[in-house]
Amino acid sequence: MDLNTVADVISPARVGQWRPGDAWLAGGTALFGEPRPHLTRLLDLTTAGWPPVTRREDGLEIAATCTIAELAAAGHDLAERCCHAFLASFKIWNVATVGGNLCAALPAGPMIALGAALDGTCLLQGTEGERTVLVRDFVTGEGMTVLSDGELLRSLHLPAAALAARTAFRQGSLHPHGRSAALLIGRVEDQGLALTVTAATKRPYILKFRAFPSAEVVQIALTERIPEHEYVTDVHGSPTWRRHLTRLYAEQIRQELSA
Amino acid sequence: MRINGEEHDRAPRPGQCLRTYLREEGCFGVKKGCDTGDCGACTVHVDGVPVHSCLYPAHRAQRRSVTTIEGLKGHPAQQAFLAAQGFQCGFCTAGLIMTTAALTEDQRADLPRTFKGNLCRCTGYRAIADAVAGVVNATTPEPGTAVGANLGAPAGPQVVTGTARYTFDLEVPGVLHMKVLRSPHAHARIAAISVEAALSVPGVEAILTHADAPAKLFSTAQHENAAEDPADTRVLDDVVRFAGQRVAAVVATSEAAAEAGCRAITVEYEVLPSVLDPEAAMAPGAPQLHAAPNNVVGELHATLGDVDAGFAEADAVYEQTFTTARVQHASLETHGAVGWLDDDGRLVIRTSSQTPFLTRRAVAELYDLPADRVRVLTGRVGGGFGGKQEMLVEDLVALAVLRLRRPVKLEYTRAEQFTSATVRHPFKVTLRAGARRDGTLTAMRLRVVADTGAYGNHGPSVMYHGCHESLAVYRCPNKSTDAYAVYTNTVPSGAFRGYGLGQVSFAVESVLDELARQLGIDPVHMREINIVRAGEPLLAPGDHVDDLSIASFGLDQCLSHIRTASSATDPAPPGWLVGDGMAIAMIAAGPPGGHFADATVTVLPGGRYEIAVGTAEFGNGSTTVHAQIAADALGTTPDRICVRQSDTDVVRHDTGAFASTGVVVAGRAVLDAATALHEKILAAGDESIEGMTAAGHFAGSPRSVAFNAQWFRVAVDPQTGEIRILRSVHSADAGTVMNPLQCRGQIEGGVAQALGATLAEHVDIDATGQVTTTGFRQYHLPTFADVPRTEVHFAATTDAIGPLGAKSMSESPFNPVAPALANALRDATGVRFTALPFTRDRVWEGLQRARRSP
Repeated sequence: MDLNTVADVISPARVGQWRPGDAWLAGGTALFGEPRPHLTRLLDLTTAGWPPVTRREDGLEIAATCTIAELAAAGHDLAERCCHAFLASFKIWNVATVGGNLCAALPAGPMIALGAALDGTCLLQGTEGERTVLVRDFVTGEGMTVLSDGELLRSLHLPAAALAARTAFRQGSLHPHGRSAALLIGRVEDQGLALTVTAATKRPYILKFRAFPSAEVVQIALTERIPEHEYVTDVHGSPTWRRHLTRLYAEQIRQELSA
Repeated sequence: MRINGEEHDRAPRPGQCLRTYLREEGCFGVKKGCDTGDCGACTVHVDGVPVHSCLYPAHRAQRRSVTTIEGLKGHPAQQAFLAAQGFQCGFCTAGLIMTTAALTEDQRADLPRTFKGNLCRCTGYRAIADAVAGVVNATTPEPGTAVGANLGAPAGPQVVTGTARYTFDLEVPGVLHMKVLRSPHAHARIAAISVEAALSVPGVEAILTHADAPAKLFSTAQHENAAEDPADTRVLDDVVRFAGQRVAAVVATSEAAAEAGCRAITVEYEVLPSVLDPEAAMAPGAPQLHAAPNNVVGELHATLGDVDAGFAEADAVYEQTFTTARVQHASLETHGAVGWLDDDGRLVIRTSSQTPFLTRRAVAELYDLPADRVRVLTGRVGGGFGGKQEMLVEDLVALAVLRLRRPVKLEYTRAEQFTSATVRHPFKVTLRAGARRDGTLTAMRLRVVADTGAYGNHGPSVMYHGCHESLAVYRCPNKSTDAYAVYTNTVPSGAFRGYGLGQVSFAVESVLDELARQLGIDPVHMREINIVRAGEPLLAPGDHVDDLSIASFGLDQCLSHIRTASSATDPAPPGWLVGDGMAIAMIAAGPPGGHFADATVTVLPGGRYEIAVGTAEFGNGSTTVHAQIAADALGTTPDRICVRQSDTDVVRHDTGAFASTGVVVAGRAVLDAATALHEKILAAGDESIEGMTAAGHFAGSPRSVAFNAQWFRVAVDPQTGEIRILRSVHSADAGTVMNPLQCRGQIEGGVAQALGATLAEHVDIDATGQVTTTGFRQYHLPTFADVPRTEVHFAATTDAIGPLGAKSMSESPFNPVAPALANALRDATGVRFTALPFTRDRVWEGLQRARRSP
């Protein structure tokens, strides 16, 4: 929709230009999707020319402005499955970005699930300089991140070891191809298991098990490490059901990866 | 920006999205369905890549090449949608075609996933699947064989090229934009409104508040008999009774200025106690919304026979309470109107309405204008479903036009559709019913509480209608009804496909299913034992207009179609629970108390004919049928017939396109006019017939009834609550089926819309009365993936009343769907679900509860 209070677009925009009333603009699919009467300027990052996906020795660097379509075509199976977990269709993928999904910090954000499950890190840039933050720490709650005013997300890094690991993926929704009510990813790590819970919870939870866990251990860990009130209450599924799906999928993932 | 091959130099505004820029440049085929990226009606290609233009920053497209539907120029996808008739109202069609045109083979092979970004509210998606698959459904009939043929909609070529003109698809020079400031409170008195700052906003031309509005009370609901609906509404009121109600309107030279004006208004509210639940609203001491005592705006208390004696005779008795949710119509075209004064100073309003003539009457009365000083017309209407049998914008647009004497438009946002239009009445229905060992019903006791929200609108009429055909379809001798339509401080309820019957039938058909189970009788047989038959009276408690009769009876055939369907088997996933369920429905072909249509048919030069008829076209397909009727009566082909419609200048009167009347009332007027013209032509001999004209009129009485039956086989995953529909079968008694392709489309669309209400949709209201589901991301409409293919069967009947033996078939397919699904769910799981909708979380929780307390 039209953002009628916006009086200026800065393109390409740089760190240091941000002032109150500004928003960093990537694809625009989130910004333009609801009224934003507090905004007066858009700082466009898509014209900065960041290469979308860079393969390096130590893993994959994904620019914040990499579109979902570009990521889905990058040839990584888990990334593609996470793209398909978007409620949005392939047409939105052509515009929406990896960085935009991380910064929106919605429980159902599948790029958050991907990044958290693979021990990804976010590179943040601000007037004070750069810093890196684990994806699981980047999102702090529903719609909340560690980004400070004027700081931007430059890229997501996925480490090579995690990218090469065996993973298992489960997603549940109220509707076929619907918005995720629970999205869990398991990853074999050394002799153990890293189990990532997203969508069901207000922020990502990563449960690491040094030895491959039994069914009972996983269920107890879920109960003990994720407080009841951390399950999402909204129109996309009741918290009781989300907790149940979390337990169900966790066990399915455990079984799949134990084979 | 290069648009469809042509350079456009004008720079977009900084925060503008591509959708509005393209429309400003004249590409009216680019539609606003949601403006939030969810519906896909605005799909265009940027450098060949399909995107939702409502989310695409316009400035980014400046050095790119954009293709809209107007630029496709004969693409095979357009031809495919036309040949398959892959549309009804057509508002979503440009977006679907632009999407289809961009698909890879892999994407075509997985349409449920591919089309998750395209919402169609009309078709139920079967026709769209046909279009993508290249199925040809439309035929070209020979002279005299149009009725009964699968003729395509006359507007089809315009729909698939993006040239069909909906409400706002025209340029109105100098048009001003209106935005409405809405109440944040569920109930409040407006103590003061400060508009000075808002008036100082550059571009703001006027601000309208309750001080500017007439004192007159009216109902936004529209019926031929205006007294049917409670007059309790002001154009702008000094008391607001729901969060989302109009407080002030700002008229400005741009939407941006109008929005800024709204933000600059300060309102001092004296907050009043509010009540959100209808039972609480009826209790002593509850906050009062209007003059109606106990907030009861309509009630019905009546008995037939002796209900207590009936229960004493019963071998099996079952009682249960059922609830239904608020549902939004979600027509892809939002409410909206644009008004101006014509050269003669006459007020003209172009609006998205099902009732142009009644709206003209209402506007004229409100502003003390003679009817001939007001003209109301529609373009093609982008979906209605009852939601546009209501005056929700025209009164305010008229006020602004009359005040400023300049053109003014008001276009709802999608969020306003949820907060400030109308919803399907939420019902609470308690039914106790008894039957003898042989299945014969002995007594039915019905209690209904319908929540009309903050205003009466259609409340009393929906309540009456809901309690009629749902009971009258059974010949139980002892029936009693206690029903209430109740005010609450919530978004008003209004007319919605089925008009109360769906809600009450959910209870009636669920209870019949339980009685059949108790007695060990097959549910189809249970109906066969108890349904009314041809020649029998239609009886329900209360005073009901006696012009209704069974002028053709095909319910027995519908039931035998259902019985045949259930004899086949379907594979289900291992571990899932499988069950079957069915339900029936009956509906009057037209409303009680009169529904009028005038039509004229005129000979044009070159052997062509023009039908003039008042009724609106919003995908219901009545225009197609009118052309078919006239073609056969005149011995010609439908391509020689053009239809002028839904304009108060075109004919004397038309009550409107509602209450399932497009074929049986307006169609009858067209038949009479065309037949009369044909007789005149025959009598003319060698005389010139050009300009010769004849008129037809029908008053909508007497009325017949139509029947529907729905059957589902479902599989339920007890681990997640997921319901998968393995098979869906619908049988309909529509009398003579005038256009099988269209009629099937109406049924498929009705089933799909009802499945939305059954499995997904609910408008939620929080503890303060605010609607919290204000977009398609929170309010899930059925997508391609949600809707199964429904087998459609027709009963072979010919009606004694309807034109050429036809009956209505537009609202009624909705009505048996929820109970049929509930009965299948009961059969599969052993649990009776009583609250709509059956979302996966609720189903899983219901199964858990049942497991804990067997």
